[in-house]
Amino acid sequence: MTDVTPYIVLSAILFTIGCVGVLTRRNAIVVFMCIELMLNSCNLALVAFAKQHGNLDGQIAAFFVMVVAAAEVVVGLAIIMTIFRTRRSASVDDASLLKY
Amino acid sequence: MTAFWILAPIMVIAALGILFVRKAVHAALLLAVVMISIAVLYAVLEAPFLFAVQIIVYTGAILMLFLFVVMLVGVDASDSVVETIRGQRVLAVLAGLGLGVVLAVGLSQITLGTVVGLENANEGGNVEALANILFSRYVFAFETTSALLITAAVGAMVLAHRERLTPKARQPETAAQRMRDYAEHGKHPGPLPSPGVYARHNAVDTPALLPDGSPAPTSVSRVLTARGTVRSAPAFADDIEDVKAALAGPDGGASSGGDQSAGSGYNTENPSTSAETRESTPGGEEPEVSR
Amino acid sequence: MLNMSEGGHIPVVDPTGTDGISSLLWLVIALPLLGAAVLLLAGRATDKWGHWLGTLMSAGSFVVSLLLFVDLLGRDEGDRQVSQHLWEWFSVGGLEVGFDLLYDPLAALFLLLITGVGTLIHVYSIGYMEHDPRRRRFFAYLNLFVAAMLMLILSENYLGLFLGWEGVGLASYLLIGFWQHKPSAAAAAKKAFVMNRVGDMGLSLAIALMFVTFGTTSFSGVSAAASGASENTLTALGLLLLLGACGKSAQVPLQGWLLDAMEGPTPVSALIHAATMVTAGVYLIVRSNFIFELASTAQTVVVIVAVVTLLWGAIIGCAKDDIKKALAGSTMSQIGYMMLGAGLGAAGYAFAIFHLLTHGFFKANMFLGAGSVMHGMNDDVDMRRYGAVRHAMPVTFLTFAMGYLAIIGFPGFSGFWSKDKIIESALADSWLVGGLALLGAGITGFYMTRLMLLTFFTEKRWKDDVHPHESPAVMTVPLIVLAALSVLAGVLLLGDWITDFLAPVVGEVAHHDPPLPALAITALVTLVVAVGVAAAWFLVGKREVPITPPQDVSFATRAARNDLYGDAINEGLVIGPGRHAVHGVTLADRRAVDGVFTGTAAGIGALGTVLRRAQNGFVRSYALSLLGGVLLVLLALLAVNLV
Repeated sequence: MTDVTPYIVLSAILFTIGCVGVLTRRNAIVVFMCIELMLNSCNLALVAFAKQHGNLDGQIAAFFVMVVAAAEVVVGLAIIMTIFRTRRSASVDDASLLKY
Repeated sequence: MTAFWILAPIMVIAALGILFVRKAVHAALLLAVVMISIAVLYAVLEAPFLFAVQIIVYTGAILMLFLFVVMLVGVDASDSVVETIRGQRVLAVLAGLGLGVVLAVGLSQITLGTVVGLENANEGGNVEALANILFSRYVFAFETTSALLITAAVGAMVLAHRERLTPKARQPETAAQRMRDYAEHGKHPGPLPSPGVYARHNAVDTPALLPDGSPAPTSVSRVLTARGTVRSAPAFADDIEDVKAALAGPDGGASSGGDQSAGSGYNTENPSTSAETRESTPGGEEPEVSR
Repeated sequence: MLNMSEGGHIPVVDPTGTDGISSLLWLVIALPLLGAAVLLLAGRATDKWGHWLGTLMSAGSFVVSLLLFVDLLGRDEGDRQVSQHLWEWFSVGGLEVGFDLLYDPLAALFLLLITGVGTLIHVYSIGYMEHDPRRRRFFAYLNLFVAAMLMLILSENYLGLFLGWEGVGLASYLLIGFWQHKPSAAAAAKKAFVMNRVGDMGLSLAIALMFVTFGTTSFSGVSAAASGASENTLTALGLLLLLGACGKSAQVPLQGWLLDAMEGPTPVSALIHAATMVTAGVYLIVRSNFIFELASTAQTVVVIVAVVTLLWGAIIGCAKDDIKKALAGSTMSQIGYMMLGAGLGAAGYAFAIFHLLTHGFFKANMFLGAGSVMHGMNDDVDMRRYGAVRHAMPVTFLTFAMGYLAIIGFPGFSGFWSKDKIIESALADSWLVGGLALLGAGITGFYMTRLMLLTFFTEKRWKDDVHPHESPAVMTVPLIVLAALSVLAGVLLLGDWITDFLAPVVGEVAHHDPPLPALAITALVTLVVAVGVAAAWFLVGKREVPITPPQDVSFATRAARNDLYGDAINEGLVIGPGRHAVHGVTLADRRAVDGVFTGTAAGIGALGTVLRRAQNGFVRSYALSLLGGVLLVLLALLAVNLV
């Protein structure tokens, strides 16, 4: 039997990278990609734990995450499109009018 | 574990690449690398169904969607590296490192024990087993998901839909507009000229020549002009001169009565060269082929 | 020393039901109440005949009172308390208050006084208020007053008494301020109302204490249970009741409003602020004899208050040039005599009521006479501009003279009998109290003679455009009737009739041997009064009276002109500190309380101004703080796990 700990560690690393990406990148599309990266790292951990426990619930959860992520991407990209259409920019920093 | 140890560094490097590349397209491609690798890891972790779904849904659908949007937004748009929010980058890196440390410490605290494995669970086949759970215990969540997807589809349509503010221009209106532009700005009412087509060369990036020998700037795409990849006809003329000279070297000159139709178009900003080339225009594709 | 109750029998209120004529009791109150309701609600439609209706209602009430009185006389002596249960007023928890009326000899005398004098003053007012555009309203208020006063007298419990008490306070306020276009009248009404509230607070506290102690507020219940209560409770009850009585009867220290109340029309001064309402305090104390008899400390306080007031009022009366204010000072002083009688216990209750009756007659007579004089002198009230009016107003002069002789205690007149008895009882009680009462009688002789001389004798001092004339018959007839009563009311004492009559209510007069023979006391009183009269004759009658009051007068005169600085004392002791306290509280509220609130708000606002910089609009900043929060939570979880 193989140990799943390396998978978990990999998942944590990818998640952290995704986090930093969200915080540092300004292109809304790339920020979105980083979010997808974080979701995927979570999925990886879920699937690894499914194997660890011999239980398929983890895979089901990963499946649902995928479905929700798909829906999220559709709506999110539509929003990015709309913003780009009106502001000619995909930078998240440009959409900063809602403030003090 | 072999697959893991091969893929893991690739994935980490690709993920880090997402952080540093400046173009969104490159980020999307790097993300594709990570996702396909994850799909492989799914297969290793005895999740063949998710392996397929990961490839189909994530890599196939979601990433394609990303690429579509990147194309729509502008494939050549790249991020500036200058950070606008003071301290954001430093703090973000620190927070990220902190998160990593915390996760590492947290992971070091747990002992996972022996891996149970999915042999028993996957006995009748992974897909069948998943279906059994999905349509029994998780059926309500599954049905709810369908509502979510429909809502997302409708939402995307609503968001992307653009309300028409002016009546659609029909043929009479467009014709009238053209004539008005011609009258007021002298804009040519007919269709734009097509780019240059030559005996040796047939490309959309080379402007057509006007009857007086000057290039027509409107005959090439704006995008190519903006990228700076438009070729100039006189440059070809120089090429041809070189080739002709090379050919003429042994037999003392080429047939000066060659096809004039292509050669006459060289022209351009440089009248002297144009006058020169008019005399000697090579024909045929040989030079290009030889290149 | 002053305790007169040792061994004496304290009567218990134990009435029987009504039957026959006595069941008409409710009508006594209902008639004037109906009159007031009709006159107030029907408005201008009753302008033409409103005064007649008001008078008729009052007269009807008098007739019923008379029938009841005759009926009462026909009963056995032990059967002279009847009560009528009209309906259950309210019932809250353990407190059940019935709308019960009590008719006994005490109430009978009051009823006759109120309705009788009231009717006469109604008649008088028809003439006096003839030219006032709001005469109908005046009569409505008069009827309202009569109804409230009768309620006060007839109620069988303290709560009903309180209802009437407040009712007469309201009527008094409305009538003092009847000429509300005069700022002085409006202010006087307000002053009377506010000072009465102080006394009312005492009465209401007394009622509450009664309920707590006895579980009932009815006279029968309280009188039956009073002997079982502790001395301290009864003393507290007595002092609280005295506070109420002081407010209503203008006794020191709540005396200040009565002089200002003379801003009202003269009939009001006669009816409310001389004959009836201001004597309600005396009634309250006499009615509560079952409490005061058991609380000797409270009785002593009553005597002290009474003596101070009778001298206070008399001294004020000596210096006033306003005829009505001089009479008001006299009223204050005479009520002091009544309170003195009431404070002496069983020995004095009957005489207090007796003096109350005679005073009601002669003071109403004199007030109405004063009104008649003012009527003839273009409503001028300054006696320094009168003089020798007797020729122009013979009827007024003669009737006023009857009142004058009665109040100074000229032998044979009603005041002679009633005042003499009180002084005699006071002397029997203590030399000091009796001596001061005697002194008061002398001062009474002085100031009344001064008033008489300034008004009706000496040389004429009025201006040429004033034409004194006799008032119409509608005004003089009541004067004549009251004058006759002033002269003859002394017959009530004949054969100790009044003391025997009141005995079922206030107990038998405990017989104490006076230190001197009764005849000697009478001679002494007469002598003192004669000295006072003579002093007035020599100081006022023999000299020329300046039209403007001289300013280089003694301190005593100046003090008396200023009501013995009663208002200044109030101002210094109550109003000033109160104003300062309110000012301080307002300041504290504004600085401290508001400061805390506005300071907190300002601090939070400033904090918000600083914190809102965090809302910079950059999504990535928000995400960073989100991650920070996640980190904190994770660290906390980690810490919990590691520890």
